[in-house]
Amino acid sequence: MCEVKVITGTSAAAEAAKLADVDVIAAYPITPQTTCVEKLAEFVANGELDAEYIKVESEHSAMSACIGAAATGARTFTATASQGLALMHEMLFIASGMRLPIVMMVANRALSAPINIWNDHQDSIAERDTGWIQIYAEDNQETLDSIIQAYKIAENENVLLPVMVCLDGFILTHTVEPVIIPKAERVRDFLGVYEPKHAYLDPDRPITQGPVGVPDCYMETRKQLEDAIERSKRVIKDVNAEFAELFNRKYGNGLVEAYNLDNADTVLVAMGTVCGTIKYVIDQLKKEGKNVGLLRIRTFRPFPKEDIKDLLKEVDNIAVLDKNVSFGFNKGALGIEMSSILKNKKVCNYIVGLGGRDIKIEDIKKIISHVEKAEDDETMWIGLKE
Amino acid sequence: MQFPREEFFAPGHRGCAGCGAAIVARLLLKATGKDTIISNATGCLEVMTTPYPETSWRVPWIHTAFENAAATASGIEAAIKVLKRKRGKYADKKIHVIAIGGDGGTADIGFQSLSGAMERGHDLLYIMYDNEAYMNTGIQRSSSTPFLAATTTSPAGSKIRGEDRPKKDVAMIMAAHGIPYVATACISYPEDFIRKVKRALEIEGPKFIQVLQPCTTGWGFPPEKTIEIGRLAVETGVFPLYEIDHGNFKITYKPAKRKPVREYLKMQKRYRHLTDEDIERIQKYIDEKCKLLGL
Ligand SMILES: Cc1ncc(C[n+]2csc(CCOP(=O)(O)OP(=O)(O)O)c2C)c(N)n1
Ligand code: SF4
Repeated sequence: MCEVKVITGTSAAAEAAKLADVDVIAAYPITPQTTCVEKLAEFVANGELDAEYIKVESEHSAMSACIGAAATGARTFTATASQGLALMHEMLFIASGMRLPIVMMVANRALSAPINIWNDHQDSIAERDTGWIQIYAEDNQETLDSIIQAYKIAENENVLLPVMVCLDGFILTHTVEPVIIPKAERVRDFLGVYEPKHAYLDPDRPITQGPVGVPDCYMETRKQLEDAIERSKRVIKDVNAEFAELFNRKYGNGLVEAYNLDNADTVLVAMGTVCGTIKYVIDQLKKEGKNVGLLRIRTFRPFPKEDIKDLLKEVDNIAVLDKNVSFGFNKGALGIEMSSILKNKKVCNYIVGLGGRDIKIEDIKKIISHVEKAEDDETMWIGLKE
Repeated sequence: MQFPREEFFAPGHRGCAGCGAAIVARLLLKATGKDTIISNATGCLEVMTTPYPETSWRVPWIHTAFENAAATASGIEAAIKVLKRKRGKYADKKIHVIAIGGDGGTADIGFQSLSGAMERGHDLLYIMYDNEAYMNTGIQRSSSTPFLAATTTSPAGSKIRGEDRPKKDVAMIMAAHGIPYVATACISYPEDFIRKVKRALEIEGPKFIQVLQPCTTGWGFPPEKTIEIGRLAVETGVFPLYEIDHGNFKITYKPAKRKPVREYLKMQKRYRHLTDEDIERIQKYIDEKCKLLGL
């Protein structure tokens, strides 16, 4: 019925793009994303995937070409990381502003300087206000599944926004795990054929895309974008549920995943692979009779405010882990957002794993005991050398 | 030559009176006809034609940013190819994909994306409308600004006499990419321009045409002189008209006798600071260039 392959995260992403039967790929290599675009090139070269593969000369052009292709009505895919994502920055706003359902894999990697190829979340977090939906995967299976889901979300008429699926560099991109590869026909049934309703460049129906937005109309376009990303919450949940029905796998409610939250008065909040480590620690502690929970944020944008508030209603100690920093505020982006929506609660922020610094089981335990003792909101950098 | 009557560039744009960029667009679309998709870089042409909810374009048109008209067009071209193949969309139609940008969007900030698109061999035509400066942001120099022309960032002062570098030869750099068709054109020679666009569209692969387009505001001349000034640029040898068709170089307009450069320069405010000596230097530079091209 389906096949299990033992593959890396980047291969899982490439398999997903193939299953989504993408029409146009435009990509530029950067570690640790490279193996994804190599795999896709192989698929196209072998005739396993019928797509146009544009070997662009930069990430800026990769996103530009994806925009051109999506505006013509093609299903498009690209992948990048770190400096490449930063080089795309300008075009990310244009993709979302033009409401184009582009899907991109981001292999999370630290930003220069100093140059560092290892994992943290500074790159995608820096793009949080570009109007893209951001999904953070915990493992290779979720990477594959999320990319398939991403097309269904992005192309939904009530959304029409680009989606980035983020996976931790090296930790997922270069680690092999068993991944269930669904049958192509079933993915085709799930996604359907993309029929653009507003974005097409067709001489028989000439339209102008990307005009000048004068002050009289610009603000409305921004509000429409905000409304669309807000509406995507419902769509992401529905897509997650529909996916679960068809493929038997689900990721929390699509927006957040609750792990051992019932009756826990200490809860860790985090994104990506560190959640795997946290789950392991939680299980250990449970055996010792201690009840700690995890709230995994799967979509950083849209930010699942309502779910978070609801799930953390009864929780006293909240520890937010961030693999990024907002310099000058001494907090990570997730920490800042959590504090802003949980005003009367103690929310401590832990900066962890920057530039690939290992996050050990001991570190997680240290965070738990710190937050339980903390009197008020505090920020702590974990694993720093003295 | 019989010009097609149909207009795909609607009247009523917001350009300056006498704007040559609008003439480029109008002639271009007369040559390409209906089955055309335009990818327009940021600049005067884009800004003056699409103040939402109005548009001057009767063909599908897209603007994304300043430096990537060619990369955007690459995506469009690829999409058409694959959608034809996989879904029978845009069926049995030859659609012309055209990227268009000013000299800034082409020769400077967009140079990398242009070079990439040309090198990759996309079936598209790139039109550089050359008004020899960044006009949309208020007449700043570009690498296509000619020697000694005054702009707001290359002003004529007591120490520096305007732009201190010669004009970058973008058409020849494109020719060095080995693409099948490269040409220069000028709006004052509409038959020549239209013929070149039509010729380019017959050829599969990347094509490039650099069109000189006098700009009333940036160059400083009255609106009714646009065509006359363009003609003088060609007659003086300042802007030679040629094409390189599959490697064969051909001058497409040879002035019977080249006019003195002075006649061209004296009509424009951007050159009004020039001394006789400056004009001599420019004349010498133009003579050398023309000799190289056999003009
Ligand atoms: C990345 C970026 N930098 C700068 C600008 C500002 N800008 C917009 S148009 C323009 C100049 C355009 O000049 P050119 O391409 O020669 O076209 P023209 O205005 O002459 O039509 C500049 C500098 C921009 N839009 N984007
Ligand atoms: S500044 Fe020049 S190019 Fe721009 S609209 Fe005016 S005349 Fe045309």
